[in-house]
Amino acid sequence: MIKAILIFNNHGKPRMSKFYEHYSEDTEQQIIRETFHLVSKRDENVCNFLEGGMLIGGSDNKLIYRHYATLYFVFCVDSSESELGILDLIQVFVETLDKCFENVCELDLIFHVDKVHNILAEMVMGGMVLETNMNEIIMQVDAQNKMEKSEAGIAGAPARAVSAVKNMNLPEIPRNINIGDISIKVPNLPSFK
Amino acid sequence: MALKIVKGSIDRMFDKNLQDLVRGIRNHKEDEAKYISTCIDEIKQELKQDNIAVKANAVCKLTYLQMLGYDVSWAAFNIVEVMSSSKFTYKRIGYLAASQCFHEGTDVIMLTTNQIRKDLSSPNQYDTGVALTGLSCFVTPDLARDLANDIMTLMSHTKPYIRKKAVLIMYKVFLKYPESLRPAFPRLKEKLEDPDPGVQSAAVNVICELARRNPKNYLSLAPLFFKLMTSSTNNWVLIKIIKLFGALTPLEPRLGKKLIEPLTNLIHSTSAMSLLYECVNTVIAVLISLSSGMPNHSASIQLCVQKLRILIEDSDQNLKYLGLLAMSKILKTHPKSVQSHKDLILQCLDDKDESIRLRALDLLYGMVSKKNLMEIVKKLMLHVDKAEGTTYRDELLTKIIDICSQSNYQYITNFEWYISILVELTRLEGTRHGHIIASQMLDVSIRVKAIRSFAVAQMATLLDNGHLLTGNTQRNGICEVLYAAAWICGEFSEHLDDPMQTLEAMLRPKVATLPGHIQAVYVQNAAKLFATVLRGQEGATDSQTAQETTQLLIDRLPLFVQSANLEVQERASCILQLVKYVQKLQQKEVEVLEEVTALFAGELNPVAPKAQKKVPVPEGLNLDAWINEPPPSESDSEDEKPKAVFMEEEPRHSRHKEVDEKELARRREVRKQEQANNPFYIKASPSSQKVYQEAPGVEHIPVVQIDLSVPLKVPGMPMSDQYVKLEEERRQKERAEKKKKEKKKKREKRSRGRKADSGPESEEDITPAHMVDIVTEEMPENALPSDDDEKDPNDPHKALDIDLDKPLTDSEKLPVRTHRPPDVLKSPGEEGERAPQEPKKKSSKKEKEKKKDKERKKSKEEKKKKKHRQEKEEEPGETLPEKPVQSAENNEVAAPPATTPAEASDLDFWLSSAPVPPSNQEAPKAEPAPAAEPDSAPEAGPASEPDGPKEAEPEDAKSSKHKKKKQKKEKEEKEKKKRKKHHHHHHHHGDGGGDESVQNGTVGEEEEEEEPLPPMSNYCLLAENDYIKMLCDIQGNLQDGSQVVVSVIFENKSSSFLKSMEFNVLDSLNSKLQRPEGAGPHDGLAVPFQLPPGVSNEARYVFSVQSIVMPQKLKGTLTFIIKSEESSTHEKLDFKLHFTCTSYLITTPCYSDAYAKLLESEDMKGSAVRLEGVSMPFHHLLARVCFHHHFSVVERIDSCASMYSRSIQGHHVCLLVKAADQTVLIDAKCDESSLLGNVLDEIKQTFSQC
Repeated sequence: MIKAILIFNNHGKPRMSKFYEHYSEDTEQQIIRETFHLVSKRDENVCNFLEGGMLIGGSDNKLIYRHYATLYFVFCVDSSESELGILDLIQVFVETLDKCFENVCELDLIFHVDKVHNILAEMVMGGMVLETNMNEIIMQVDAQNKMEKSEAGIAGAPARAVSAVKNMNLPEIPRNINIGDISIKVPNLPSFK
Repeated sequence: MALKIVKGSIDRMFDKNLQDLVRGIRNHKEDEAKYISTCIDEIKQELKQDNIAVKANAVCKLTYLQMLGYDVSWAAFNIVEVMSSSKFTYKRIGYLAASQCFHEGTDVIMLTTNQIRKDLSSPNQYDTGVALTGLSCFVTPDLARDLANDIMTLMSHTKPYIRKKAVLIMYKVFLKYPESLRPAFPRLKEKLEDPDPGVQSAAVNVICELARRNPKNYLSLAPLFFKLMTSSTNNWVLIKIIKLFGALTPLEPRLGKKLIEPLTNLIHSTSAMSLLYECVNTVIAVLISLSSGMPNHSASIQLCVQKLRILIEDSDQNLKYLGLLAMSKILKTHPKSVQSHKDLILQCLDDKDESIRLRALDLLYGMVSKKNLMEIVKKLMLHVDKAEGTTYRDELLTKIIDICSQSNYQYITNFEWYISILVELTRLEGTRHGHIIASQMLDVSIRVKAIRSFAVAQMATLLDNGHLLTGNTQRNGICEVLYAAAWICGEFSEHLDDPMQTLEAMLRPKVATLPGHIQAVYVQNAAKLFATVLRGQEGATDSQTAQETTQLLIDRLPLFVQSANLEVQERASCILQLVKYVQKLQQKEVEVLEEVTALFAGELNPVAPKAQKKVPVPEGLNLDAWINEPPPSESDSEDEKPKAVFMEEEPRHSRHKEVDEKELARRREVRKQEQANNPFYIKASPSSQKVYQEAPGVEHIPVVQIDLSVPLKVPGMPMSDQYVKLEEERRQKERAEKKKKEKKKKREKRSRGRKADSGPESEEDITPAHMVDIVTEEMPENALPSDDDEKDPNDPHKALDIDLDKPLTDSEKLPVRTHRPPDVLKSPGEEGERAPQEPKKKSSKKEKEKKKDKERKKSKEEKKKKKHRQEKEEEPGETLPEKPVQSAENNEVAAPPATTPAEASDLDFWLSSAPVPPSNQEAPKAEPAPAAEPDSAPEAGPASEPDGPKEAEPEDAKSSKHKKKKQKKEKEEKEKKKRKKHHHHHHHHGDGGGDESVQNGTVGEEEEEEEPLPPMSNYCLLAENDYIKMLCDIQGNLQDGSQVVVSVIFENKSSSFLKSMEFNVLDSLNSKLQRPEGAGPHDGLAVPFQLPPGVSNEARYVFSVQSIVMPQKLKGTLTFIIKSEESSTHEKLDFKLHFTCTSYLITTPCYSDAYAKLLESEDMKGSAVRLEGVSMPFHHLLARVCFHHHFSVVERIDSCASMYSRSIQGHHVCLLVKAADQTVLIDAKCDESSLLGNVLDEIKQTFSQC
């Protein structure tokens, strides 16, 4: 079982959090902080597994994380998950994000956390791995987005236009505070199909 | 109207959407909280509007705020509103918000049931999908109960997208509503073979998750998973299955044997590291579960260790980490194979990655032996010095202590060394683990008597240098060791060289800076030392020293009397008065020694930590009963504490107590208020330090702070390193002395033909440096047996421990939504029921088709005699999935319970014979096997063997080779099947090289458990003369129904060399010695070894036998040449080989149900025998029958047992053994009466001999 999936940046700011067990908001924040604390002090070239996420239930659990550019992707899993498998799953997740957002960067995650959730929902459900095939995931996500668009129809058009205008009006915000693209190519991946 | 909509949407354009919110938050870095609170106000306004789009937008923003840690539960109702929007866009937003913040405590969740049900049955698959995803996060017991049936229907949805989600969510449903597991399980099982790989993977996922918690209920699925494992190419699925097998193997060792081969293949073939790693992990689990030797066992271990070594050596830190992790699992059972990689693991200790270092430390724990303990600890000590960061250093410290103290200090040969290690560890600065070191010091010096004088000397030095330990900070944890030091010096003060000096050290003013509990120990032990000093002065003419000591105490103790610590103060003032009194007496020249000594007389024994728990409750004592009449309820308001003693209280009282507690809390509050307002009340005690500083006459004492960055060598303390050298020398000496002895021993071992492992032996040979008597911890008399493995009662998985093989009963079905109470008979077909039922019917039809397909497939794959049984098993499966759908009145009668054992024995069959995997080449060969013979039904039972290693191994190349060979000698078509089964045994035996009876191994294990059994041996004297002695053992050959193996031990009794031994037997019509091809029928067989004086060795001969119902004797001769220095003579020895009927029997376990069937069968002929005057305990008697006559115990009830065995030609022999004072009655049944008669005679003879 996957207990939680957290994405936060190099400063510990949460970019997405998904808990598959219920915690109060305060505890969730505490977990994120603690996880960030554990993960961020590790060197780049050490292993991606960490024991002792004290907060998320017990010694059976492990933190498995990957660090891409400015973001940490952390999965908290119990012993029924394969460690290397989860590492690959993170990779699939990030590659899927990359495909869906077309060169994903931290800003995409910041502004579209709902989309990230939707993508994740096609991969992991209730803490269990639902789908690992990237094409299948993207297909389902696209289909749902298309449906959303068709529902918006004419009524959605002005809203989109306004949102585009808003983005234009505030040139200082979007990409010029670019925190750097998330590099997707990670050399040392164990081969996994 | 349309205009209104457009207007609304134009209004909306200027609402803040999620992106605006995020942007806003980023622009208000300084006053983020304030900005967000205004946003929340806006959101509240938006939620009040009717427009669903506005609401959805608001909820979307709330989801984001929830991630930032804001509580949004107040909007729960609005979230439900958004969820129930008909538009997918909004629905998705609603479900996402719900999944993020709903939980079991959310009360609006009960409003969602109908909405979710509607979404689940929506024609739009994404509506259903979104509902399932959301539900997976917030499902409650109520939702699970109400929706279980709907979800189960979705498991057979036409779209795989829905199917996989439905399958996956079932796990959550099971967790919340365990009753649904049994009705839903058949369908879940079916999904394991779903055509869509995603659905299949989901089903595997769910079952693996279920099985992980309650593995035994899922054993019957093993064949199915096995098939999946050999056929699937999806690594995710494979990993899950392999992990599942890892959980199952401990329950069923035979499964492990079946697994080893395909797993090994995977290990060799896969390129995916994750799969490789999981395979290795499961192979390790298999090897752990196989307690006794399988021949290719060591090869598998070697393979695992080898692969792990590759992982560890990899530059990828992840692989390194996992390699170490898996290594630690092997370590538990096969420490030796890991120990050879010590270099690698020590190397990992230097890794820059802390996770890896910690893992390596874990491994070290199991790698120590008496031999290398000192060396490893020395290395660790180096690391301690180097380590930066207290956490890692503390970890090292605890590991060192763990390693040394493990299994009762098993590996410590020199406790002086250990004490000095502990003392060295005290020089660690800033460690938190002072108390661990302290307790080790105490433990060792109390329990190892021989070390006490050394320990006391060390501790005295420690006390003397106590200021070094307390040096830096008050909070320094290391000063805890002074606690131990003071206690040891006091308690064992008779070992002190100079008690006076130690006493002086303990009373130094500086001591007052130590924590209170340590001071208290100082004071108390100063008194003990005082007694010792007085005793030392006994008989001395002038009592001046004694008086000086008394004076010292009187001078110094007042310091402690002023202590802020209550304990210290109390003890100090008590002792001070005592000493003053002693002084008075001394001045009167009264002899006080005896009285003072008596204060501390007697020795303390260590008490086991669990001793208190294990004191049995005396009979007739009810701890829960009231001693007096329960007090009236009003009176128990004050006495909280005594009430807590009673574990259970009657509910009546507990209610009262609740009230009282509230009342108490109120009073407490009032009291606090009062105290706060009362100027005379001294509030919570100020810190002790403050008091100490205020205490008059103390602050002038100079406290010198010594800041030491370099670990200090305390003068007069031995360094642990020197012990390593000393130990080395000592061992060398010992080794030299022992060499001769050892050699002899080894030779003996070898000659007995058993594989002698020299590893542990040589380890045992290291004798401790000095007499070590570890005093065992005291336990109360008649302590209760341990009951440690308590499961967590709160584990939700406990509820899922459900037997899935039992057929469903009427009462077990998922609740179906009805509009009327169930007692209205006609309701189910009507109204709202229609809609949900239709798809069900459809699906069940499909199911049936699928079933047929499956059956067809199965029958192709498994052409076995068990076919009819499988069909029987199928039947309940067929009815089960529909059952929950049906309403109460048209439920079918539950399937007969008889199917359960059938299924169980199917598993047994699968485990005991091989050809399930489709890739298996043997399948076609198995085909010609005749359909079920009449007696094959019970056969599945006997064939099973829960603990024996000989049944059921994976087929491998070797076995098929054997097979080919055999087929040449093929005799009867009928025997083929048995033969096939026996192949496995053969390859197993052949590989091992020592086909020394496996049965003996099995019985031997039992023997160990059942403690005091007299030693037994199957070897009996065959013949003997002045030169040579022959012992023999005859065993039926498992591979072949017509073979018997005779193992003969030849022992050279003479002082000359024996060579050219030739073994020959005169064949009879019935039995023939098997000679190599080309040899004549009367040629002897050369014994394949020569015997030096005093040596024995074993050789094996195979005989072919036709009939096994009668015992028989064969005459034989051994010829040999005796070669001494001057001459050589030719000698011969005649012998008679006695083939008893027992030797044709093979220990075969049998399940009691199969056994019962066997007894009912008509072919069985009965017989009985009565043994008089048997005085041995019943379990000895059983062990004897098991051992000498190759039976296994099926069931034992008190002094009555049923036993089973099988002959090499497949005769079943059943015994019912009853014992009543010195008389043993054996009722027996067998399908061959003369065999039975002979076996019984032999049993009788066995017992007449003893």
